[in-house]
Amino acid sequence: MKTAFKIKDVNGYYGESHALKDVNFEIGAKTVTAIIGPSGCGKSTFIRCLNRMNDLVPSFRLTGEMLHNGTDIYQKGRDIIEIRRKIGMVFQKPNPFPKSIYENVAYGLRIHGIKNKSTLDDVVEKSLKKAALWKDVKDRLKESALMLSGGQQQRLCIARAIATEPEVILFDEPCSALDPISTSKIEDLFSELKNEYTVIIVTHSMQQAARVSDFTGFFMMGELIEFDETKKIFTTPSNKLTEDYITGRFG
Amino acid sequence: MHKGFQRGKERVIEGALFLCALLSIFTTVGIIAVLIFETADFFGEVSIFEFLTDTEWTPLFANKHFGIMPLFAGTFLTTFIAMLVALPVGLVSAIYLSEYATPRVRNVIKPMLEVLAGIPTVVYGFFALLFVTPLLQSLIPSLSGFNALSPGIVMGIMIIPIISSLSEDAMHSVPMSLREGALALGSTKLQTSIKVIFPAALSGISASCIIGISRAVGETMIVAIAAGLQPRLTLNPLVPIETVTAYIVQVSLGDTPWGTIEYKTIFAVGMSLFVVTFMLNLVSFWLKKRFWQAYE
Repeated sequence: MKTAFKIKDVNGYYGESHALKDVNFEIGAKTVTAIIGPSGCGKSTFIRCLNRMNDLVPSFRLTGEMLHNGTDIYQKGRDIIEIRRKIGMVFQKPNPFPKSIYENVAYGLRIHGIKNKSTLDDVVEKSLKKAALWKDVKDRLKESALMLSGGQQQRLCIARAIATEPEVILFDEPCSALDPISTSKIEDLFSELKNEYTVIIVTHSMQQAARVSDFTGFFMMGELIEFDETKKIFTTPSNKLTEDYITGRFG
Repeated sequence: MHKGFQRGKERVIEGALFLCALLSIFTTVGIIAVLIFETADFFGEVSIFEFLTDTEWTPLFANKHFGIMPLFAGTFLTTFIAMLVALPVGLVSAIYLSEYATPRVRNVIKPMLEVLAGIPTVVYGFFALLFVTPLLQSLIPSLSGFNALSPGIVMGIMIIPIISSLSEDAMHSVPMSLREGALALGSTKLQTSIKVIFPAALSGISASCIIGISRAVGETMIVAIAAGLQPRLTLNPLVPIETVTAYIVQVSLGDTPWGTIEYKTIFAVGMSLFVVTFMLNLVSFWLKKRFWQAYE
């Protein structure tokens, strides 16, 4: 299996507070990896490092190496725009732009200078199909994205991320604002997405991690306690803390 | 007994507060009533048709003409010049303050810009007449001492903080999640600001522009001092003109006898101005409401 990310001795700080402690592991390409752990364990901080979204937080600092395809994401002089194009992200709350459905999906292409109408049409259709939204919206592409339901908006955000042809898609608790039916629709997507993309999901739901992922990492207090195949984590975890967490003894 | 006293006290306070609120409503109703009454009187002597179509405004001369167009042409011209200055500068500073400036820089610059709004307009007027006009004359020799250009520019400077401050508020209240969404797709900061945040805040920004326009239309002192008091149907910014507001000042300050037709013109003119600014305010109110609905 190819390695997508190699995380080496990563420590992350918000000002004085130590949010990630000596994190070391590897994430395989074209797999679904779930990151679980109690609130405030550093799982969101971790995933937001992978596309340098934490650069938006002025007090944030990171040491160690995060290699994507062998080069450090945090290397001096790396083009952040390029990183974010390759490593897309879907957020906790659906955040469609106040534009039409079509323009939401086409946005990523437009900002990279693609104007050709038929190319845009193709990509919009393809991306919406991959996000299982095409059937719902194909007759109202010109309508505002804000008219869609929460679940549809989130699938639109997935389509928007797919449209720029990333290698990796990060999901930061993508279903936490959605109802169970919308959640199951999005969960169904993950197994298809991993054929083409490396998928990393932060989730507070252990059931979700168990259902959709191939690998699971368990974070606590900023430390990666255990990382292994999902099956193993949920049946025979090697760490006592992991066992306590997945059996619901805390968290 | 004690409870009854308490309740009575509450009722008195409530009544007093209600009367205060009523007072401002009565004042507004009174002003509008006087405007309508006197305007109706005016149109008893001058036809609305003449008022709206005549191309000359000379109520203070022996040969009287009552065409409102030259006054509105003056207002339009100075407002247009002011917006030409205020819109680009105001919007660019709004984008800078909302998207680029660090909180520290914003906390210094924003109050400083707002000081501009606190300068008395009579000071702006003299600034236009005694500083900007001579400066412009050295560049454009054909510029008259009184003209629309100089007060227009100065009025624009006065309006910059209105536009920048309100537009900045609108852009700043666009949810952070939209910024993150745009950046996560590989947008640059400029693309995020211009293609996502600016359109998302558009109705708030348009509202600020309309408030700016309405401020320019209603502005009196600067144009009364620096634009000349010569009603003229022209779009040439280099010659003396008179705006709607400046005319009202001219007549109110002069020794126009009460009850004459000259005296009544200011009510008709004032009514026209009121209708225009009232409509502008309605549009901006509507835009603002639409903006807040989008994010609730």
